[in-house]
Amino acid sequence: MGQAGMKNNWKRNTRYVGVFAVLAAAFCMIVVLNINTGNVQISVPEILRILFLKKGTQVQMNIIWKIRLPRVLMAAVLGGALALSGFLLQTFFSNPIAGPYVLGISSGAKMMVALAMIIFLKYYTSVSSYVLIVAAFTGSMLSIGFILLLARKIRNMATLLVGGIMIGYICSAVTDFVVTFAEDSDIVNLHGWSQGSFSGMSWSNVKVAALMVGITLILTFFLSKPIGAYQLGEMYAQSMGVNIRVFRVLLILLSSVFSACVTAFAGPISFVGIAVPYLIKHLLGTAKPLVVIPATFLGGAVFCMGCDLIARMAFAPLELNISTVTSIFGAPIVIFMMIKGRKGK
Amino acid sequence: MSDSYFQMKDLSVGYHGNVLIHDICTEIKKGEILTLIGPNGSGKSTILRSITKQLTLIGGKVTIGEKNLKDLSYKELATRMAVVLTQRAKPELMTCYEVVAAGRYPYTGRLGILTREDEKKTREALKIVHATEYAEKSFEAISDGQRQRILLARAICQEPEVLILDEPTSFLDIRYKLELLTILKNMAKEKQITVIMSLHEIDLAQKISDKILCVKGDTIFGYGEPEAIFKEDFIQKLYEIDNGHFDPVFGSVELAKAEGEAEVFVISCGGCGIPVYRNLQKAKIPFSAGILYTNDIDYHLAKHLAVSVIEEEPFEPVSDRAFERAKQMIRQCKKVINAGIVIGTTNRKMKELLVFAEEMGKLESYEK
Repeated sequence: MGQAGMKNNWKRNTRYVGVFAVLAAAFCMIVVLNINTGNVQISVPEILRILFLKKGTQVQMNIIWKIRLPRVLMAAVLGGALALSGFLLQTFFSNPIAGPYVLGISSGAKMMVALAMIIFLKYYTSVSSYVLIVAAFTGSMLSIGFILLLARKIRNMATLLVGGIMIGYICSAVTDFVVTFAEDSDIVNLHGWSQGSFSGMSWSNVKVAALMVGITLILTFFLSKPIGAYQLGEMYAQSMGVNIRVFRVLLILLSSVFSACVTAFAGPISFVGIAVPYLIKHLLGTAKPLVVIPATFLGGAVFCMGCDLIARMAFAPLELNISTVTSIFGAPIVIFMMIKGRKGK
Repeated sequence: MSDSYFQMKDLSVGYHGNVLIHDICTEIKKGEILTLIGPNGSGKSTILRSITKQLTLIGGKVTIGEKNLKDLSYKELATRMAVVLTQRAKPELMTCYEVVAAGRYPYTGRLGILTREDEKKTREALKIVHATEYAEKSFEAISDGQRQRILLARAICQEPEVLILDEPTSFLDIRYKLELLTILKNMAKEKQITVIMSLHEIDLAQKISDKILCVKGDTIFGYGEPEAIFKEDFIQKLYEIDNGHFDPVFGSVELAKAEGEAEVFVISCGGCGIPVYRNLQKAKIPFSAGILYTNDIDYHLAKHLAVSVIEEEPFEPVSDRAFERAKQMIRQCKKVINAGIVIGTTNRKMKELLVFAEEMGKLESYEK
């Protein structure tokens, strides 16, 4: 056993390192690609010079520092947050098809953000990022509150998901309603946002998002151990010393902060929360939270940056909604998961 | 204080404040095995879930090594008590080794990284349950029996003082059942681990337990040592058996006898009658048996399976009364089966019975 165990250990660790290396390489490549492509093509040596030496033409400097760099960083941070939000919800419900979008949590956040925007823009000229995050968080908690109430009555996960989708529709309807009656100037702002988009990100946005997501990421990482125990089932986790009540509340809170950050800045984005954790777990061949959490974050970042690149470039100068692209890639993965899951049973 | 280690005192258990079972009292020592038996849905699991703090106690007190269960945090409890549940664990993408290693949870640091010591303990636990060879397999890919062993190893790995198992032998075939119970017995005797479990197999419960708690209705139906509990009519009442018998001598369960007028008379001794009885019972042919000494092994079974038994005091010569009854029986029956009786000096009259049956043309001997 000692020998075989060691060999297996080695094999497993090599696989982890390999997956992380590939993700890191993909990350760097997509960052560069994102900065490089657009209406104005900027070559890689020039990018490096502008990034590290801060030398270049004024136009190129502006394009990179004011538009493309904040946008790609935001896509990375929020993509990672979204994927982890999904991972936490999947842990909570012990179901791989749970996610912030399908459970209507993103839509709840969207509704509250729309309301906050309209109310604040009426009295002030701008809305602070923190206000938007708080609004989104409130909306997330509202939706998840409903879901948890439903979960008490409905034990069946499939029915619960339908419930989540219904909550999503209700929230979207309310959002559409307020947007319709909002003043013209707000609508321009709201319309693009409520479909999901990474465009128009400022550095202050990036800083706030990075701070919020960063803290939540660290907290999530330190939850690795109980998450691992929880994967064996609630009762086993409790028998090993996990305080289930506290743990479940933490899962919901962290997952809501993640999805609130995303929705506050980029609007609702679909399927990343389900597809990315699934792909990452199967790439790694394990569900061990200690490796899955950082890998999922990285994977979510890569996935969203890639999708954003496609959203920008596929029909340039026309820009697609980010959800359009994530759905095209994410939804088939979810369908595949369901087919595979059924076979397993 | 006595040397008892785990006590339940006037326990009331149930869900949402509704008492299901009350007045549960037991006291067991370190290294003893307590088994809960009782019909389906009698609340065995409810009791187990209450003493593991998964359900709140409604009344009474549980003491583990002089500590009140109520005062123990989940974390403290985890180093004293481990569980094997009926709830099917279905972790995705976990190897058996990882499932077992999860048992080290209470001992690892904040991030749950295993030390060399933890890995050693995990391997030991795998060895105890004989699961070393499939340790690296996916937990989803192994059989139910193997899964149960892995879950037991996980519990062992947690180094508990008390091991709680809810129907650990369900889904297992007889070989795994015996193996599992042997492991438990060893754990109890060698490592002084106190075992509390529920079992459906009363025959096995009788053989492995130090104490038996019978759960039925809203209160405890009986509590004590197996010798006191496993009495024929007690078990029959506990499970409300009206279509068969429980035999306390063999700890076995027998189906109901074929009723009616005896059609066959079986002559046997010392166990050779047993296969004949079983075959007749399966074919639903009512039969009687005799003449059997009351200490004969055949006599035990015949009492459950035969319509009537002609009996005799042990080691006495066959009395005229018994002899006449047997002759009468042979006349009534269509067939007489000699299952292989051994005839000596005290029972030489049996020879006459065989001759009598032969003359009537009814005698057959049982071919194995």
